[in-house]
Amino acid sequence: MIDESIVHISSAVISASTPLLFAATGELIVERSGVLNLGVEGMMLMGAVTGFATTVTTGSPVLGILAAAAAGAALSLVFAVLTLTLMANQVATGLALTIFGIGISALLGSGFVGQPVPALPKLDIPVLSTLPVIGPVLFGQDGLVYLSVVMTAGSAWFLKRTHTGMKLRAIGESAQSAHSLGLPVIRMRYLATLYGGAAAGLGGAFLSLSYTPMWMEGMTSGRGWIALALVVFGSWRPWRVLAGAYLFGGVTILQLHAQGVVHLPAQVFSMLPYLATIAVLTAISAGPWRGRLTAPADLGKPFRPPV
Amino acid sequence: MTMIVTRRTFLAGSAAATGALALGRPGRAFAADPLRVAFVYIGPIGDHGYTYAHDVGRKAMEAHFGDKVKVTYVENVPEGPDCERVIRQLATSGNQLIFSTSFGFMEATIKVANQFPKIKFEHATGFKRTPNLAIYNARFYEGRAVLGDIAGRMSKSGVAGYVASFPIPEVVMGINAFTLAAQKHNPNFKTKVIWVNTWYDPGKESDAAKALIDKGADILSQHTDSAAPLQVAESRGVYAFGQATDMTPYAPKAHLTAVVDQWANYYIDRVQKVMDGTWTSSDIWWGFKEGLVGLAPFNASMPADVKAAADKLKADISSGAVHPFTGPIRNQKGDIVYAAGQKATDEEMLKMNWYVAGVES
Repeated sequence: MIDESIVHISSAVISASTPLLFAATGELIVERSGVLNLGVEGMMLMGAVTGFATTVTTGSPVLGILAAAAAGAALSLVFAVLTLTLMANQVATGLALTIFGIGISALLGSGFVGQPVPALPKLDIPVLSTLPVIGPVLFGQDGLVYLSVVMTAGSAWFLKRTHTGMKLRAIGESAQSAHSLGLPVIRMRYLATLYGGAAAGLGGAFLSLSYTPMWMEGMTSGRGWIALALVVFGSWRPWRVLAGAYLFGGVTILQLHAQGVVHLPAQVFSMLPYLATIAVLTAISAGPWRGRLTAPADLGKPFRPPV
Repeated sequence: MTMIVTRRTFLAGSAAATGALALGRPGRAFAADPLRVAFVYIGPIGDHGYTYAHDVGRKAMEAHFGDKVKVTYVENVPEGPDCERVIRQLATSGNQLIFSTSFGFMEATIKVANQFPKIKFEHATGFKRTPNLAIYNARFYEGRAVLGDIAGRMSKSGVAGYVASFPIPEVVMGINAFTLAAQKHNPNFKTKVIWVNTWYDPGKESDAAKALIDKGADILSQHTDSAAPLQVAESRGVYAFGQATDMTPYAPKAHLTAVVDQWANYYIDRVQKVMDGTWTSSDIWWGFKEGLVGLAPFNASMPADVKAAADKLKADISSGAVHPFTGPIRNQKGDIVYAAGQKATDEEMLKMNWYVAGVES
């Protein structure tokens, strides 16, 4: 009984955290390249509706997931063309992208409201998933959950250990210097932005295919904005962003379970995930683990290659 | 005829429209002219919940009057400065009757109504009235009492889970009406409440539903707008009630019924009154009797006696034979709030901020 509720609660925490993790790890790469894309919410919704519609139409969740990533990337391409090629203001364009994403996803999804779709199958890892409690929690989730952790690990490795990752960081710190060293600033920013869009799209697909397997307008309910905040609080580092996402998801679920047991006003409970995440991530940033905490120096600044 | 306007194109075009009005003196409405009616919605009409239900009423009204009305609606209007601009724009562009359908539009509607004394305004779920601003609301607690009656008969554990939005009187009243009706059959019936502090967040609503089932609930009710709790109920094998519209497609086995908002009769009545010149600023709180509140079809799996009892309770509430808030009613501390036979007044219900015994929040 107790084992069972631990499994239920832990699985709920994982579900609540995974969409945030997808969107935040993607946005982290984008911001490390010096681009600030505030359209995460819109790209998540595009991923959610496309993933859902594709799965319903083709019957294949794998195609649905791929389509969701492609749709998120497609929307981010609009952003990239406007801000990187046409030099539009990144903040304004990102906000517009969110509004556009909300609208276009509602339009595309209007025929799919109320349709059922089977939830993503759980990928039970042989032997390990039969362990008590930790088996179903750690080794009995669906593929997207594992993918989100793999993408976080991949981002950390990419940024720290690869040559290309170093170039990406250099571009984010000083596009001018990177350009004068011969690095392809605009091209790399394009690729980073597309990756961020695809990751946000996956986060949306997780919502509409696994978390709550359905499509409804605006179903992300502000998760894109929380992902953006997590990138800042995680000081642009993948593992800290993962910690932030799981902390936020964890407190969100635990406060629901605490209601009726601990007697506090309902409003206090709803503040808890935000308070806890801010407190812990601020403590990490202020503590002895402090590293370089500032934003990439060229974040949000347009770059025009000198002629 | 319907003009579909989004808030953004609407505001962008408003400068031009105002200019045009300033040139030509607004002509007096002749008898043959259609009555111009406007609706202001907080959400998208595709929300399959609150705004969707208002829009169903709007369509029924339009179908009823045909060419005699010209209807405009603006969706996705946020509560705040934008809504005042939208309402004022609708007033200056020749609408004669304007429905603003969300609680948070209250102050803005009053402000605009005072500036346009010849235009008639109607505000849903508010509590402030002026000579040209009427208010209307539905007695959803009547429907929730019937849900409680069904829950009391269908629940084996005697514990219901309630996914709740905000602790405001409208929601508190519903939780209490639900619990009191269930306790008629099972005096030990408990309602466990989880607040999600949002009207609409499918993910959070589903998490709350899961937590409630983990806490022992075998039947779920909700006062939030998405179908996510129903989906959880379906997958975990418990019963649930839908919200605002029939949500059966999301949970064919779990969905027992739903309290359905049916605004059509009211909208038809009010438009007719404006046409007849008998419109007055009224304060309407209609329920089952006037058809403003209804129930979705019962699930086929419900036993016949439970269905019959639910129908009977609905009829009794409708006729006034039964009032969901009839004493003895105790609060959570066990104190008597209403003595045996005493009924809560409308005013008391609209300020309700306490829970009846058996509610765990």
